[in-house]
Amino acid sequence: MIPPFIVRRAVELALGVIAITDHNSAENVSAVIEAAQGLDLRVLAGMEVQTREEVHLLCLFETAEQATDWQFMVYEHLPPLKNREEVFGAQFVVDASGDYLATNDRLLLASTSLSVEQVAQGVRERDGLCIAAHVDRPSYSLLANLGFVPQDVHLDAMEITRHTSVDEMQRRHSSLAKYSFVTSGDAHRLSEMGDRTILTIQEPTISEISLAFRRQGGRRVKVVT
Amino acid sequence: MTLGEIASKLSLTAQTARGKLDTEVTGGYASDLLSCVMAKARKGNVWVTLQAHLNIVAVAALLELAGIIVTEGASLDPATLQKADEEGIPILTTPCTTFAVVAMLAQLGIRGGDWPLASQE
Repeated sequence: MIPPFIVRRAVELALGVIAITDHNSAENVSAVIEAAQGLDLRVLAGMEVQTREEVHLLCLFETAEQATDWQFMVYEHLPPLKNREEVFGAQFVVDASGDYLATNDRLLLASTSLSVEQVAQGVRERDGLCIAAHVDRPSYSLLANLGFVPQDVHLDAMEITRHTSVDEMQRRHSSLAKYSFVTSGDAHRLSEMGDRTILTIQEPTISEISLAFRRQGGRRVKVVT
Repeated sequence: MTLGEIASKLSLTAQTARGKLDTEVTGGYASDLLSCVMAKARKGNVWVTLQAHLNIVAVAALLELAGIIVTEGASLDPATLQKADEEGIPILTTPCTTFAVVAMLAQLGIRGGDWPLASQE
């Protein structure tokens, strides 16, 4: 999953926009943005944060700088533990060609001490979008871990996996009625990259996607089967 | 008390690493948040949880736990079972709730790490 292969696969799938959402880190975002230069592909800067409740939230930003700023906050709230490569695998930072730059030795798979509320708030303050990840999953999901969608938390959309449908989720959880849904490959391999979220927007920007999530100005988002 | 003895007394079903049931259990820990287990559970502890996904094996291996009791009849997928066998991590299952299992373990004298009376035993 090095940057040149990611962008090549995205172009093959005719994806207009992808987001890079590594776990608790955004250090590889710039490399993919650079690899996509000159291609008809927008790369959004993001990360998947693991909250203190072990809920996964996707945080998407317009610029790599905003993502890096958010990353400072996330790193500050990770436990001061080192990664164990032999158990959890190595965590590399690479350049736009996929060449090795550095090893991230923080234990990125740990939970941050940030709550769902704090993450949603922090992302919003940086003009980003906060999406509850794979809410249909029995673990690391908002619904599984909290039991319900918290009332006062501002979440921009819900993400589901391919194992369910929007209808199914809204049927099972009436609290999801007001949310827009996305699905993504959650790709850890090239073959997992997906093309089932259709955004009707003017251009691939955070503000346009935000309008689509709110069904405003004719912008829309749809998950196809 | 060994994990095998616990399995027998609590009617747990051994799903993996059946050759590792003679480990002496040093105590117990119960949580469904893996980050808490990684922070608090101790080597040789038996971990009680309803989580049944692949990551529980990595945590148990990392901490050298005696084994995992997966509660509430949670079903383990083949990948988790295979990984547990590879890592030599006994997973025992039960339809009982975590609360019920912990209550029974306490009756057998299995203590949590911060049990106030532990020092008086």
